[in-house]
Amino acid sequence: MDMNNVIDRRAAVAKLLEARDGALVVTGLGSPSYDVHAHGDTDDNFYLWGAMGGAALTGLGLAQAQHNKRVMVITGDGEMLMAFGALATISVARPTNLDIIVLDNQHFGETGMQDSHTGMGIDLAAVAGAAGFDVAQTIRSMDGVDELCEQLAKSANGPRFHVLKIESTNLPRSLPPRDATYIKTRFRAHLGLQPC
Amino acid sequence: MTKSASRDLNIDWPVALYETLIAANVRHMSYVPDAGHTSLINLLNEDVEVTTNVLTTEEEGIAIATGSWLGGTRSVVLMQSSGVGNCINMLSLPVQTRIPLLMLVTMRGEWNEFNPWQVPMGQATQAALEAIGVTVFRAETGQDLIELTEQAATMTYEADGQIAVLISQRLLGKKTW
Repeated sequence: MDMNNVIDRRAAVAKLLEARDGALVVTGLGSPSYDVHAHGDTDDNFYLWGAMGGAALTGLGLAQAQHNKRVMVITGDGEMLMAFGALATISVARPTNLDIIVLDNQHFGETGMQDSHTGMGIDLAAVAGAAGFDVAQTIRSMDGVDELCEQLAKSANGPRFHVLKIESTNLPRSLPPRDATYIKTRFRAHLGLQPC
Repeated sequence: MTKSASRDLNIDWPVALYETLIAANVRHMSYVPDAGHTSLINLLNEDVEVTTNVLTTEEEGIAIATGSWLGGTRSVVLMQSSGVGNCINMLSLPVQTRIPLLMLVTMRGEWNEFNPWQVPMGQATQAALEAIGVTVFRAETGQDLIELTEQAATMTYEADGQIAVLISQRLLGKKTW
């Protein structure tokens, strides 16, 4: 347990979602999906239940297709670590409407709380910064989360990357629907897009 | 189609493929480069109406294409056969969500191949794609390729398909070294 990690993940995610202001949300598998669902199941949430490493990139494709909407990816440190190369791809693509929020408990929480690379010294925000993200920061307090909410409302010059150092607790699960076509169809309907 | 009639599609297939994708309303593309895809990549990169992404590894393109279609834009992913192996688990995303996915795969390791390291994945490409639930079509000639891609675009974007079109190494020709 890292004593520097003090942010309550559900309280932080609740603040971010209250500040979403129409942003589309993509969640990484596991706890980030549960955290977002726990705040309320809405049509503009696209939850992943698998495809580890795909959340930020799904967010990139969505951001490129929906220039006039903001996209928030909410994922975990393990999921983001699996997509290390995505930091280069997203930085080069340079969307100005994409925020990646990593809930970093420094553990693989779903699989037995093994230490992750971020718990062994890898600084994800520094990596994103080196890759050229417009903003790349680590947030360690709820005051910092409040500041992030204000920042999300402001326009960006490129993709932004925010690591939230959260408590490594396993909370009661709040399970989104697992039917992927249902999630897809209602998400697209929210955007005025038709099913096949 | 009328334009294609005046062409030798065994040589000019890249521009015909570009026109086929544009006619199918594809406006988004992701790629890991391959020599066989060079002309098509250039044509799509130069088209200001098309958003393109260069990838560090092929599975990124699968997730990006899924996100693009969620947002209402048709996307295509270009790669060579060795990259297909990198995509397998990520393909569960379009397969499980039943989100349209079109992959154009240039083949290595199957015809006049000089590099033995290309052979294992080249030989496994079709079986690997089919094992994860992707429908595979294989083009041996330029005319095949254009017809297959036209109908694959229909099956992808109008019938929610996850489809790979394999472009045979025989059509691509021997890699000059």
